[in-house]
Amino acid sequence: MINIFEVAETNDMIEKENLDVRTITMGISLLDCIDSDLKLLNEKIYQKIFVSARDLVKTGEQISREYGIPIVNKRISVTPIALVGAAACRTPQDFVGLANTLDKVAQEVGVNFIGGYSALVSKGMTPAEEMLIRSIPQALAVTERVCSSVNVGSTRTGINMDAVKLMGEVIRETAEATRQQDSLGCAKLVVFCNAPDDNPFMAGAFHGVTEADRIINVGVSGPGVVKTALEKVRGENFEVLCETIKKTAFKVTRVGQLVAREASMRLGVPFGIVDLSLAPTPAVGDSVAEILCEMGLEYAGAPGTTAALALLNDQVKKGGVMASSYVGGLSGAFIPVSEDQGMIDAVSAGALTLEKLEAMTCVCSVGLDMIAIPGDTGAATISGIIADEMAIGMVNQKTTAVRIIPVIGKGVGEKVEFGGLLGYAPIMPVNGFRCDDFVNRGGRIPAPIHSFKN
Amino acid sequence: MKKAIITVVGKDTVGIIARVCMYLAENKVNILDISQTIVQDYFNMMMIVDMSNMTGQYGDMVNELENLGQEIGVSVKCQKEEIFDQMHRI
Repeated sequence: MINIFEVAETNDMIEKENLDVRTITMGISLLDCIDSDLKLLNEKIYQKIFVSARDLVKTGEQISREYGIPIVNKRISVTPIALVGAAACRTPQDFVGLANTLDKVAQEVGVNFIGGYSALVSKGMTPAEEMLIRSIPQALAVTERVCSSVNVGSTRTGINMDAVKLMGEVIRETAEATRQQDSLGCAKLVVFCNAPDDNPFMAGAFHGVTEADRIINVGVSGPGVVKTALEKVRGENFEVLCETIKKTAFKVTRVGQLVAREASMRLGVPFGIVDLSLAPTPAVGDSVAEILCEMGLEYAGAPGTTAALALLNDQVKKGGVMASSYVGGLSGAFIPVSEDQGMIDAVSAGALTLEKLEAMTCVCSVGLDMIAIPGDTGAATISGIIADEMAIGMVNQKTTAVRIIPVIGKGVGEKVEFGGLLGYAPIMPVNGFRCDDFVNRGGRIPAPIHSFKN
Repeated sequence: MKKAIITVVGKDTVGIIARVCMYLAENKVNILDISQTIVQDYFNMMMIVDMSNMTGQYGDMVNELENLGQEIGVSVKCQKEEIFDQMHRI
């Protein structure tokens, strides 16, 4: 039987070390809503989401209460809207209308974000997909809860450089459209390479076309738990370090698995995956960077950071895989700058640069995440940053992403406040040398040689 | 058997166990195991209880125990057993 020390350990994790289930995300397919009549399409989307998710928040709160584990967010992801709206939308404005419908229904069912205002254009763009992409700045400015993502590359297809170029412009326009809120719109927009179909985390969640009609995906968290566990093995060798992370990741993931199974059973929706990611928040003691420091680095960004992060990411997966029947999504360590106090401190101290962050993204999940850059950064430079990150994903057969915020009207050294889980960030300098001629070439970068596995 | 774990943490005082046990008896919740320690005047107790014949709703019990804790001046938590089982048993 469970003993008092085990109970105390679990409750300390929850109460003192910020262990929580970061999100229960319900994926909902909108393929059966497709209609060439725009008004009808809007109505069908609203109905399908409302009927599917009306009990999601209530169920999440019930589970949270019964097990004494906080479930921070309840969210929805839907089929990429570029596919759903292709038959009905004639202008970018029509797509904005769909975004409004998503926002309205998200508010109605009480979820804090709805993801899937997305287009998958890793090889080419249909006219509808291009229209959706061009509508993103306005869609994110007029809605509160809608999140958008665009997949511009994959290991199998290469990188769609036309889309990369376009996204540089779209990110700038999104920043302009939401300049009153410190360009907050860009915090809800992710550019992906190798985007997963079942990611429960925002802003990049969408419900892939390979998925079932409805599905429950769960994202766990717990950097604070890992950090506290590592405090007890200070000075020990790498074997001890790795074993400790693995065991802790196992425990954290089991909670996610339990919540996922319960939510799936109570909602009558199949269980999809548990995403093993270590997701930080701006709260003190809930930081991935602090884990790196606990391993022996003065700041995240110091020499050794990439190795430390690689080790952390791998051990989290090894521990987590055994704890869950299905693992998926992004599964790794997130390194968003504004959402992680240790990362913010590292940037403020001058220890962490954009280039070092890029190196770190080679060995962990996601990529350049929640990074504030000067508002006068050009579209071509942003496209160049995206292209670099996509290349890392394409060649290493992993997901990479860029969620970068050119803060209009602000420059290096200033701070930007997004509020809530999105946190705050010091604005980081960007390499000022130009890449316009490279970005403007147009066309595609072919798939790498090791993608030809057939 | 539907099991839950009740934990009580707080400053030691007379009658903590009595008050919690009384509440459980009134609601026909059976106590299977109790263990407790006191570290530097801090009372730390864990109970494993069986709720199979419980009269009320589980959700109400969680709230009422929490309120009872506030009355006594300690923190009382009630959680379903699975979360501990899942975390600590393979």
